Amino acid sequence: MLGVFGSHVDRETREIALRVGRTSRSRIGDALFVHVTRVFALLVLLAVVGILVSLTIGAWPALHKFGFGFLVSSQWNPVTKTFGALVPIFGTLITSFIAMLIAIPVSFGIALFITELAPVWLKRPVGTAIELLAAIPSIIYGMWGLFVFAPLFSAHVQPWVTEHLGGWPIVGALFQGPPMGIGIFTAGLILAIMVIPFIASVMRDVFEVVPPLLRESAYGLGATTWEVVRGVVLPYTKIGVIGGIMLGLGRALGETMAVTFVIGNAHRISPSLFMPGATISSILANEFTEADGRIYTSSLLAVGLILFLITFIVLALAKLLLLRLTAQEGRRA
Amino acid sequence: MRSSAAATRLYRRRRFVNALNLGASVLATAFGLFWLVWLLWTLVSHGYQWINLDLFTLPTPPPGSAGGLSNAIVGSLMLTGVGVAIGTPVGVLAGTYLSEFARASRLASVVRFVNDVLLSAPSILIGVFIYNIAVVTMGHFSGWAGGLALALIVIPVVVRTTEDMLRLVPDSLREAAAALGAPRWRVVLVIVYRAARAGILTGVLLAVARISGETAPLLFTALNNQFWSTNMGQPMANLPVVIFQFAMSPYKDWHHLAWAGALLITFTILILNIIARILVRTRKTGH
Repeated sequence: MLGVFGSHVDRETREIALRVGRTSRSRIGDALFVHVTRVFALLVLLAVVGILVSLTIGAWPALHKFGFGFLVSSQWNPVTKTFGALVPIFGTLITSFIAMLIAIPVSFGIALFITELAPVWLKRPVGTAIELLAAIPSIIYGMWGLFVFAPLFSAHVQPWVTEHLGGWPIVGALFQGPPMGIGIFTAGLILAIMVIPFIASVMRDVFEVVPPLLRESAYGLGATTWEVVRGVVLPYTKIGVIGGIMLGLGRALGETMAVTFVIGNAHRISPSLFMPGATISSILANEFTEADGRIYTSSLLAVGLILFLITFIVLALAKLLLLRLTAQEGRRA
Repeated sequence: MRSSAAATRLYRRRRFVNALNLGASVLATAFGLFWLVWLLWTLVSHGYQWINLDLFTLPTPPPGSAGGLSNAIVGSLMLTGVGVAIGTPVGVLAGTYLSEFARASRLASVVRFVNDVLLSAPSILIGVFIYNIAVVTMGHFSGWAGGLALALIVIPVVVRTTEDMLRLVPDSLREAAAALGAPRWRVVLVIVYRAARAGILTGVLLAVARISGETAPLLFTALNNQFWSTNMGQPMANLPVVIFQFAMSPYKDWHHLAWAGALLITFTILILNIIARILVRTRKTGH
């Protein structure tokens, strides 16, 4: 009796012990798995920190030598080894500004078309086609811009614009210069086409989160489609729309190859949009491998650092705005 | 009477404003599609006559003689292979951490945030970074450096899609497996990954599409190589950089090869994108 009882206890404890053993083994497995995945997640963090640190270290000699003047000097002279970032910073900002001027209304129109106007069967094909614009590599935009768009633009559009608008006071200065086809404006236009899919798809996504109840209530009161968009959809999605615009801006600021093809690579600031210029990414692409001397390379890394900081801030802002929209969404739901 | 006239006027005005803005929206869509059609048409019309067998069998020529892009095609495949081979495991594991183990933790939100920044960061800066850490330390440009640069572009894409796709797997599946006594690592490996297989594959495909056309990060890493070479330790020819150099050159026959290469790359990427979309769609409708 006792023996049987004893053996029974034994079996039970053995089973418990087995189970405990298994649990602790699987606990080790779990811990290992969690740690391994965490290490890889940290690796992503490390990569971005690494980019920042390596750029800062590389840029240090130039920043140390030129100081604050680096930001405001338009000198870029490899012979005398004096460098300033004003021209590429200006080029980067102005091309992105032109891109935004074109891309924002167009993307809004596309998002509006897809969410409010298009019949159901047309929504997906149009959406996909616009998204494919983002899949085409940057270098293809560059080749097309240089070999196809620029010649047409210089032959048919530029002379007309210069003749009719070039004489106007103040504004006229924007449109002067020989019709070369390439330059600041062409770069801005191509950037616009490249960022339209990014902005349009964010806008479309946020327009779609507007509760149907709100939309239908407005329609029920007799509002036109446009009034619904202006009075209900846009106010509701304002933050997300701005987030999408920021995302597109972040893309435009850092875009390299397409701009390198069509900007004309001239180290000067000219008032005319038809004149060649340079952006941070285009001088990096053109000069980085050829830069000789520590200060030259370091100056290039310094403009790279400036680009990284600008895009980081813009993209961070985009992300925060979009997060706020989702949070707001969660509260209301 | 007067008020009804005013109401009619207001009504007409509202209808007019509506029509105007909706018309502008249709025009905007046409504007967007117009560039897509023009770009694709340019590629086909400039590129198709130079697509022939030589393109795939001969290496890049000196100006003025016959040649193809074979070394660049093979180089691109190898660089993409290395980029995906390094980037996929890192991306999948990091995405797993975000979705399975740290959904709401502080670290996860930081990583998620930084990953999104990396996703849109200027790719040329990734090239500069790899140049600083790999090319400078090795003393020369190399295929490995190029592959590493591409991996850094693959990682954020795969992290993002993996996390999204793993989150689509219903928690009830995880709980059911856990109730049967499976430890979490097995739940993830055997249940979650299997359920999200198509989604993860989609992420990888999209990443491949993304890096196939990337030029900027290769300029300072893999550089280029005129000759046939499969040595990853040496500078390596690749389609984007060859297209860039040939397009910027003054030689007509180099331009032709550049257009042929551009056509090849773009259609590969479009096909990858379409396959990825179909994968996602069948997945979504399948559940």
